[in-house]
Amino acid sequence: MGILELHDITLELGGKPILNDLSVDFWEGHVHALIGPNGAGKSTLASTIMGLPGYTDHSGDILLDGESLRGVPVDERARRGITLAWQEPARFEGLRMDRFIAAGAKEKSRANVERMLTRVGLDPERYLDRKVDKTLSGGERKRVELASILAMEPRIVLMDEPDSGIDVEALQRIFDALAYFKEMGTTVIMITHSMAVLEHAEHAFLLCNGHILDKGSVDKISGYFANNCIPCHHENEPAPEEEMITA
Amino acid sequence: MSDVATARALLESLGSYGSHFAGDDVAHLEVSGDEVVGSHLVPGLDVDIEQIDDGIEAHIHLREGVRIANPVHLCFGMLPTEGLQRIVMKVDVDAGSFASVRAHCTFPNAIDITHKMDAVVNIAPGATYEYFERHLHGAEGGVQVVPKTLVRIGEGARFKTEFELVKGQAGVIDFDYEADCDARSTLEMITRIIGRGHDTVTIRETGRLNGEGARAVLNSYLALRDDARAEVYNTLSASAPYARGHVDCKEIVQHRAFAKAVPIVEVSHPLAHITHEAAIGSVDSKQLQTLMSRGLTEDEATDLIIEGLLS
Ligand SMILES: Nc1ncnc2c1ncn2[C@@H]1O[C@H](COP(=O)(O)OP(=O)(O)O)[C@@H](O)[C@H]1O
Ligand SMILES: [Mg+2]
Repeated sequence: MGILELHDITLELGGKPILNDLSVDFWEGHVHALIGPNGAGKSTLASTIMGLPGYTDHSGDILLDGESLRGVPVDERARRGITLAWQEPARFEGLRMDRFIAAGAKEKSRANVERMLTRVGLDPERYLDRKVDKTLSGGERKRVELASILAMEPRIVLMDEPDSGIDVEALQRIFDALAYFKEMGTTVIMITHSMAVLEHAEHAFLLCNGHILDKGSVDKISGYFANNCIPCHHENEPAPEEEMITA
Repeated sequence: MSDVATARALLESLGSYGSHFAGDDVAHLEVSGDEVVGSHLVPGLDVDIEQIDDGIEAHIHLREGVRIANPVHLCFGMLPTEGLQRIVMKVDVDAGSFASVRAHCTFPNAIDITHKMDAVVNIAPGATYEYFERHLHGAEGGVQVVPKTLVRIGEGARFKTEFELVKGQAGVIDFDYEADCDARSTLEMITRIIGRGHDTVTIRETGRLNGEGARAVLNSYLALRDDARAEVYNTLSASAPYARGHVDCKEIVQHRAFAKAVPIVEVSHPLAHITHEAAIGSVDSKQLQTLMSRGLTEDEATDLIIEGLLS
């Protein structure tokens, strides 16, 4: 049994099915990568698992430890150990970084907040008094997001394109974070467009038109990248596998 | 109660705010109702006090070139549940001097208290005067705060003022600040208020940039919940070349609260430039969801977002 199981999830947004009879299992303590073309439904899937408003009216079921999450609100899912690192994290006017990181942290001490900043490569001396606002660069903001999530010590972390809009040094920090999650036994579900990030996963899933089109080892699924991200052909109707995966 | 005991009770009601009132080089003045219950001055700072009906009239004089290193603490308050406190203040800040004043206003038990302040502040050329007013009200919301201030900022002088009411219930606030700004002077007015229950807040801030190169910002940050109401009328006018200014109003509205912002900008010189921005709305949903995805409840998340906005 997976720690998190999705059974026959169909979700319509704006009158269109965006997730299409999607079923998938995620394994406790494993790193899972979710890849697929733009508009495939990857972020929608992450939002649905997190239970964000607007993403809860789906058919099928999501089970955490075998128990349905239907009707369980975002904050309660978070308290049960699920969290989400946004692709474009929100900016908070005036909110100090230490307050932001401590807010969801398991251990709220200043020393722990400093440790988490250091872990994502931000010098506490320089960053602790900064605000989580528009003055941070996109890359800095994403590192702060990662620090906040590391501090939370989640059971399951959904990471939506952690590698987008960051530099090579920050990419290394993501790998460090993945190693740390592994050490903590955190289950990682990350959406990525990066071959380098994908290589750090143990399982890979190809999502297309809201459906898991293929899954398996990273080697198998990475053929998708080798074939220059073949887009899905049929809107709302998954193409046959052999047509898509020509590895 | 003895003066010392009253002063101590006022300061204690301020919690950590009160802990700064110590040391020979820290000037302070405590006024309970219409009585001075404690005071200490430092060289270069003169304070004359007269008792008036239901309050005091204070003449504060900072002598030329005097720079006061430590903040000057003023504490105005009333411990009883009802009454009127009137403060008339005349402040003269002579040329080239500097002082930073922290006014702590505390009405911890208020059920029906009116706190009226009428201030005239004259800041001579090249001087800097800062006035930070923090209010602490009880949970009943039984305070009516009516501060009126008229400021004259001389050439190259600076005036910075902050008004903060984030603890306890505001009650009724009717706030009216006006400033005339000479050449190359700087004006900064910041208001941070949390309104709850049936609080009613009216803010009127006016800055007139009359001199060349004068600068001003008027910032109001309000968070309103329950049935609180707020109206913010901020006006900035510029009539001299290179005068620059910005009016900013941000309000978060929850529940049945009501907010209105009327920024007025007037420019009567082609080389002057004034901008304004007003945003009123509920808490940003992405911010809210982010914090909730870290396990905070909706209320906890909202409080943290507002804490940031009002910081
Ligand atoms: N709230 C919405 N209403 C209607 N369509 C939406 C909404 N959110 C996303 N979509 C659509 O769903 C599809 C999948 O979006 P998304 O999950 O963001 O894709 P991905 O993350 O894989 O790039 C896109 O076609 C997008 O336009
Ligand atoms: Mg996406």
